[in-house]
Amino acid sequence: MAWNLDSDRPIYAQILERIEIQIVSGVYKPGEKIPSVRELAAEAGVNPNTMQRALAELERHGLVSTQRTSGRVVTEDMNMIKETRNMLAKEQIQEFIQRMRELGFEKEEILTLLKSEAGGEKNE
Amino acid sequence: MNELVTVTNLTKVYDKRKTALNQMNLSIPKGKIVGLLGPNGSGKTTLIKIMNGLLRPTEGTVLINGSAPGPETKARISYLPERTYLRNSMKVKELIAYFADFYEDFKTERAKEMLESLGIDENAKIKTLSKGTREKVQLILVMSRDADLFILDEPIAGVDPAARDYIIKTIITNYNENATVLLSTHLISDIENVLDEVIFIKDGNMVMQATVEEIREEKGKSVDAYFREVFAC
Repeated sequence: MAWNLDSDRPIYAQILERIEIQIVSGVYKPGEKIPSVRELAAEAGVNPNTMQRALAELERHGLVSTQRTSGRVVTEDMNMIKETRNMLAKEQIQEFIQRMRELGFEKEEILTLLKSEAGGEKNE
Repeated sequence: MNELVTVTNLTKVYDKRKTALNQMNLSIPKGKIVGLLGPNGSGKTTLIKIMNGLLRPTEGTVLINGSAPGPETKARISYLPERTYLRNSMKVKELIAYFADFYEDFKTERAKEMLESLGIDENAKIKTLSKGTREKVQLILVMSRDADLFILDEPIAGVDPAARDYIIKTIITNYNENATVLLSTHLISDIENVLDEVIFIKDGNMVMQATVEEIREEKGKSVDAYFREVFAC
């Protein structure tokens, strides 16, 4: 089954995010080989050149690197993985705050609501 | 040189009054998957037939790897026409042998693998197959060649969504990096994620050529949505 991608955003950015999430969540472990461009493109149902571009970008960030013999592997730099994880979390939070502001919530209200919802989840 | 196909001032007039192509100019690069998109009657099939040497232009030229359409270019182009031309009385495996005999670059193993994945019996006669299955057989035959250019006229129109996914996957995994795939379709949303570029044509003219990502970045919408806007009736 092809990856579920939004129709109104660049495909490249979406597959980049998706692979970042797979790395920080441990689907691909540190030091593990990731599938080839062709394999990933076929799995995602996207153009191989687009997949190539996304992987090159990940490589530029240092999250994956090319090994001569084994293709692309995930970095073993745990700090970098942690940083990426924090960055992805920040993006989610900013998006959330943006939406809450659109609904007319102020900072304090958002925090109060967030605390009670997060706390509530724990008690359930 | 990065260009595979160059179309220059291409004009096709049928019966001296119906203009199908009107001074069309475009070029198609090597190693890309390109969608040829346009409403009914915009000239897609006429362009494709000229590229395959099945129609002669009224004016202008088409060059494929620097040559006009002829035996030399046909040996390097794998073409899926709009309508099937498979002989009804032949069995699937006879067709495979026929193609292998006809085209030097035909890969029998690849064809058999695809038939098996789609659960098509190679001992079946074409006339016993459903319309969708016939289309699948035809596409398998076309995709089993090691051509430089694959020209697919409406390749997924008649097949079910699951087979569509398989076919798209087949296109992604099978074409070699230097080959170009040109496909015309109305089912844009099914296929836009696998396209590098799209060419919009209208009334026999090229109105836009852009990458899928450019359209999404600049217009903030899918190619499918943008097409509906450009060609709104």
